[in-house]
Amino acid sequence: MSTIEHTADHDHHDHKPTGITRWLFTTNHKDIGTMYLIFSLLMFFVGGGMAMVIRMELFQPGLQIVDPAFFNQMTTMHGLIMVFGAVMPGMVGFANWMIPMMIGAPDMALPRMNNWSFWLLPAAFTIMILTPFMDGGGPAFGWTFYAPLSTTYAPPSTDFFIFAVHIMGMSSIMGAINVIVTIMNMRAPGMTYMKMPLFVWTWFITAFLLIAVMPVLASVVTMMLTDRNFGTSFFDAAGGGDPVMFQHIFWFFGHPEVYIMILPSFGLASAIIPTFARKKLFGYSSMVYATGSIAGLSFIVWAHHMFTTGMPLAAELFFMYATMLIAVPTGVKVFNWVATMWQGSMTFETPMLFAIAFVILFTIGGLSGVMMAIAPLDTQYHDTYFIVAHFHYVLFPGAIFGGFAGAYYWLPKWTGHMYSEGLGKAHFWTSMIFVNMTFFPMHFSGLAGMPRRIPDYSQQFADFNMWSSIGAFGLGLSQLIFVWMLIKTARGGEKAPAKPWDGAEGLEWTLPSPAPYHSFSTPPKID
Amino acid sequence: MNDRTELKAKNRKLLLRLLSVVAGMTLFAFALVPIYDVFCDYTGINGKTGGQEEAATDMQIDGSREISLDFIAMKSSDIKASFHPRQSKMVVHPGKVYLTDFFVKNDTDNPVILQAVPSVSPGLAALMLHKTECFCFNQQPLAAGEEKWMTLRFFLDTEFPEDIHNLTLQYTLYDITGKGETGAVAAN
Amino acid sequence: MKIKIAFNMILIWGLMGMAIGKKIKLTLVTLLASLMSQAALADIQYNLTKGVTETSQEVYDLHMIVTWVCVVIGVVVFGIMFLSMFLHSKSRNPVPAKFSHSTLMEIIWTTIPFVILISLAVPATKTLISIEDNSKSDIDILITGYQWKWEYKYLEEDISFFSNLSTPSEQINGEAPKGEHYLLEVDKPLVIPVGKKIRFLVTSKDVIHSWFVPAFSVKQDGVPGFINEAWTRVDKPGIYRGQCTELCGKDHGFMPVVVEVKSAEDYASWIAEQKVLQEQAKIAAAAASATSWSREDLMAKGEEIYNAKCAACHGVDGKGAGPFPALDGSKIANGPADPHINVVVNGSSNNMMPAWKGQLTDAEIAAVITFERNAWSNKAGDLVQPAQVASTAKQ
Repeated sequence: MSTIEHTADHDHHDHKPTGITRWLFTTNHKDIGTMYLIFSLLMFFVGGGMAMVIRMELFQPGLQIVDPAFFNQMTTMHGLIMVFGAVMPGMVGFANWMIPMMIGAPDMALPRMNNWSFWLLPAAFTIMILTPFMDGGGPAFGWTFYAPLSTTYAPPSTDFFIFAVHIMGMSSIMGAINVIVTIMNMRAPGMTYMKMPLFVWTWFITAFLLIAVMPVLASVVTMMLTDRNFGTSFFDAAGGGDPVMFQHIFWFFGHPEVYIMILPSFGLASAIIPTFARKKLFGYSSMVYATGSIAGLSFIVWAHHMFTTGMPLAAELFFMYATMLIAVPTGVKVFNWVATMWQGSMTFETPMLFAIAFVILFTIGGLSGVMMAIAPLDTQYHDTYFIVAHFHYVLFPGAIFGGFAGAYYWLPKWTGHMYSEGLGKAHFWTSMIFVNMTFFPMHFSGLAGMPRRIPDYSQQFADFNMWSSIGAFGLGLSQLIFVWMLIKTARGGEKAPAKPWDGAEGLEWTLPSPAPYHSFSTPPKID
Repeated sequence: MNDRTELKAKNRKLLLRLLSVVAGMTLFAFALVPIYDVFCDYTGINGKTGGQEEAATDMQIDGSREISLDFIAMKSSDIKASFHPRQSKMVVHPGKVYLTDFFVKNDTDNPVILQAVPSVSPGLAALMLHKTECFCFNQQPLAAGEEKWMTLRFFLDTEFPEDIHNLTLQYTLYDITGKGETGAVAAN
Repeated sequence: MKIKIAFNMILIWGLMGMAIGKKIKLTLVTLLASLMSQAALADIQYNLTKGVTETSQEVYDLHMIVTWVCVVIGVVVFGIMFLSMFLHSKSRNPVPAKFSHSTLMEIIWTTIPFVILISLAVPATKTLISIEDNSKSDIDILITGYQWKWEYKYLEEDISFFSNLSTPSEQINGEAPKGEHYLLEVDKPLVIPVGKKIRFLVTSKDVIHSWFVPAFSVKQDGVPGFINEAWTRVDKPGIYRGQCTELCGKDHGFMPVVVEVKSAEDYASWIAEQKVLQEQAKIAAAAASATSWSREDLMAKGEEIYNAKCAACHGVDGKGAGPFPALDGSKIANGPADPHINVVVNGSSNNMMPAWKGQLTDAEIAAVITFERNAWSNKAGDLVQPAQVASTAKQ
């Protein structure tokens, strides 16, 4: 909040309402972007707190802190909150702040809908976070909520969980529509599609993924709702339904969903690496096509999550080949980033450090992804900690490190102050060390056969889990440095010039720092 | 100013178009349910067998091939009934029509309606298992304490895959008393 | 050498800890010691098991190939990145190059991954086809997942039994030292013969479970209402352990899979023994159901069964936990006996409580209900006899 109050001093000419109503009724893309980002950070800590409970329980064998029923609620809520509350709103925050400024638009295309789509989120997550306090406990069936554990065998609070998913689904869909309309209709004259910054491109594609699959999620939870309360049998064999069909529909949403989380971070890395390498992004157009093909392929690979449900050989082969194919466009992206760095003139400020760590650690997650794409191997990997290691590598040092990189990169633009490089580097190095300490041992415990989502484990897994837990506590504490840095930067500090990074390109840097409340009211000229 | 209203109209038009995509995807998600069933029927994914009677054909009996067939009678957890096949194992030749039956007894003092749900493994073989008569086609009302033998008449297609030597047919018995027709909304 | 260094380190830390006498240091020492011992002894499993079947060996080999391919790709790509970071930093390379695309390079690095992937897909396809083997099996076993145990049924032999976790709750709650096979031990393992093709038919009674034995490379989901299959042929006798790998509710982490692989002769005699045991158990159960039991017998037997089957959810003290209701002071345990018998025999309508009919004998159910009605602060006072359970089960 203080950020904005402070910036207000610099922009006396800007007309801006004050007080709480400003935030409640705002249609300004920067205000809404700020709210999305703060909300995302808040959820990041709520979900992170749950991760701490999980890692405390798993610190050593035996049941110490929580009972298994509560443990399952923690893993479920941790997943749901991180996916839908932290990563996705965080990326929408970046989109809100940056897309209009990057394409030379005065605001998002549908500002009132923008306000609504944000304010649905606190409502949804209030309901979600209250479920564990309800009679019978909160959802305890994992973030993938497989039927019939989530239908016939679920606690009463599941109906509230479904309601919350509906609300946040609406929010995501509206956010995505806004991004698409903004990009298609609001670009400044001369800003052709192939001139758009890659972050805009990745978000453009992400938004299409969102409007394609969020309705599918909404539908599948609706089917759960009618199965639970209105006597239908979509997922109940007794009435002719099929629990495996739940998984098909869920993963038809779920696989594109993982790209929804990672594509915007691809865009962030593609903005930051060229800036600090002082060299143009290598292979711009192939980056665009690669992103498009990743998104396209994401619709035909869903059943690779289901190799152990008993699929015929032909289906297993198809989904195995299709999944392996995704490695090609993903590889193109990684190689292009490396080629951008090559023969550049690099400096390693915090955003660059996070971006490079993003590329490396995401690639590790990608490589383990290729391993589990191979169906006969997935028999061994499926539902073990190897999977947990894989998706945390693509999500934490992947999507979230991308977000950190973006935050450090644009903080001077947002607040008008330079962040403390010392704190930034401290945040980076602690995060970098602890993220690997947390998640790398999970590869080993997974290969040794430790199933995921268990509150207690046999003694052979004890050492790996202790490492992971210590790493997780360190990782959790490291994030406090980020908050401290944020508060400090928002309050004051060295004044940021319009373009604090000498290698940066793009319209956002033509605006003063902090960016004025209303920008590009007259469209900029693009050559 | 004119530009502005024009842009607004343009935005609104695109918004409506995108909303129709959302509506379309919602419909598509629900359409996946029947699509999945049809897909399963054609490919045998998941071992669903048809819920309908099939006509008996006069196929050539292939006496040279023997397929070991297991019958499994499973009861859902909330059911109070006895349920088992007369023979739990059969050796069958493709093309030949076989007749067997399953015993069911209502172990409660109330009338119940039971429904047996079939499943076949390996899934691909489900396409090659033809049932000309099956108790699973109908709901089975049973009076208190009533018992009966329920008929299953079937044959394996002569095109039954050469490499499959074991076939399993499982029936899971559910109590659908009081669920009536609504219980089977998604059935077919 | 390594071991010696590790030992010295522990010693030094230990001495430091004692000298300072701070608890926190001691914790650090044990921690360090455990980490050191791991590094030194290196007996810990950190890779996929080779297993004891042809399939698991094939899968292991494929896993190693893919792992090394990934490691090499990683080393090359990250190597180039680090080299670039070193060579092309601003201080070493103040003027950046100008190039921003190269069609040739892009074609090369699209083609190379493609070729690598195809070279991985070929052995992967071969392995997958060899796993998809529908040849005639020697033994068929029906595996049914329950919340939270497995039932094994030998289709040719008319033998069936449940396999429950046998780790005592004291070990789980830290009141007793943990055994060697903590959480990976059961009261009655699945027994199969060596060298025979075993076909596992997997299904479930309630939610989705997954039957996983790493040493066989078999992982098959059990889906309620559906039947799936997997198979194995084990080369080496021994005891092999695994776990349920699909989240199936509260005690998902407490339903291990233990398979004992015996020689053909041992297997045959085991089967014969099981048949006798099963027959005896039937007679004993019938006899038990026919007799009336004394209060002491019912209470003693009931407490034993309660602790083994019921305490996991309802608590040893009967206080319940989370969604699981307390029995101590509950309406059901202090009201009329019939509803109490009904819920134990048939389970609850919301499926939270399993139906114990078929898993426990009438006598056992009678005992556990009697216990519940008279334990803790409950004072129903009545005795429930096996005959009463049998008659209630019918309603």
